[in-house]
Amino acid sequence: MRIDQHPIISFSKGKKVKFSFDGKEYEGYEDEPIAASLHAAGIRVLGHSHKLNRPRGFYCAIGNCSSCLMVVNGEPNVRICVEKLKEGMVVETQIGKGDLK
Amino acid sequence: MKHTEIVVIGGGPAGLSAAINAASCGAKVMVIDRNSQLGGQLVKQTHMFFGSQKQYASVRGIDIAGILTAELLKYQDNVEILKDTTVIGLYDDGVLTVEKDGKYLKINPESIIVTAGASEKFLTFPNNDLPGIYGAGAVQTLMNVYGVAPGNSVVMVGAGNIGLIVSYQLMQAGIKVKAIIDAAPRIGGYLVHASKIRRMGVPIKTSCSVKYAHGKDKLEKVTVWKLDEKWQPIPGSEEDIEADVMCISVGLSPLAELLWQIGCDMKFIPELGGHVPMRNEELQTNIKGIYVAGDVAGVEEASSAMVEGRLAGLCAAKNLGHASKDFDTLKKDYLEQLDSLRSGPVGEKIRKGLNQLVV
Repeated sequence: MRIDQHPIISFSKGKKVKFSFDGKEYEGYEDEPIAASLHAAGIRVLGHSHKLNRPRGFYCAIGNCSSCLMVVNGEPNVRICVEKLKEGMVVETQIGKGDLK
Repeated sequence: MKHTEIVVIGGGPAGLSAAINAASCGAKVMVIDRNSQLGGQLVKQTHMFFGSQKQYASVRGIDIAGILTAELLKYQDNVEILKDTTVIGLYDDGVLTVEKDGKYLKINPESIIVTAGASEKFLTFPNNDLPGIYGAGAVQTLMNVYGVAPGNSVVMVGAGNIGLIVSYQLMQAGIKVKAIIDAAPRIGGYLVHASKIRRMGVPIKTSCSVKYAHGKDKLEKVTVWKLDEKWQPIPGSEEDIEADVMCISVGLSPLAELLWQIGCDMKFIPELGGHVPMRNEELQTNIKGIYVAGDVAGVEEASSAMVEGRLAGLCAAKNLGHASKDFDTLKKDYLEQLDSLRSGPVGEKIRKGLNQLVV
């Protein structure tokens, strides 16, 4: 959910870009963190725990807690709370520890 | 291998202040930050600062980041800034390794000022990993920097300054705050913030903790319960609060990994957030040429981080032969500013912690 009206902040946003998440197309703003674009689209389950596969969300926003790891353009373990959104990115849910191709 | 006189690790309030002072004394300085914007966590702090004019009181944190960056650029002949760059190792021979754009670089500085900051602590309760449970600072970033709401209704855990300020900012963004709870019997943050929030109709429940978070793949409801004077939960005092967001604001712990790696003497001091480095009055650790400032040296506020940064930058430059002509006056001023920021009942905890740390 985007905040449209704010009493003291005017948000500077990049241009609108399209990206895919688990095969479905979404829109976000260029250079915002991927997690922000997903959040705005109502997607709050990001990573999963390795052992019990429990869903994990957005926790630290500084690339520190590993709660938001996803596969981005084929690369696993990307911290999407700090990775910037680009046109045409392919974002996927990661199950397990991920494989490097 | 790149060479420079002083590397500053982290471009937040402490790091920028350290770099400004070192560069203004004539030292060659390299500032390394893993983000693409300087300012550290100042960039999400839309509230006006406390303290005195010297620490930018009444200026919003977000604007302080710009002021410090502009001041640093006045010395651009002495300054190199590496953004989107992560320091990954500090080694015994003084070499520092970094990752930038997928490449691995080595840097050989004469001194290093570590201003790596801190990260948010977790809290233990059943289902504390449910999506919808966030660090309070993370919510601040999401809504104040990127303009995205975390959800619709919030339970804030922690009535310290971060908990109170983020609650207010959530309401500014049009999000409902259902309650602020804190395990302590008293509100930890400034009462001026607490009163403002209470006037807006948000209950602040002290001696209250989280019993359980409910939901399958996202938070739906929080059960809280009262604590007795020994901080033990009181069965039967449970209360359910419907919320899709819980913010955890129970303190920060120093990001001290690099200090451990290089072998700094560390001490566990709960009042300062966890393990923190031993240091002398000039903020130099037991390892010659390794300085610390800001939250990594003990969690406080951005105001004291900026003064510590100024002090560390001034002293690191002097010890490399770039003494400011006003060295003694400035050093005395910084030490006095720190004493003043740590005075009174609010600073008691910090003073108690630091007394065990400064050699």
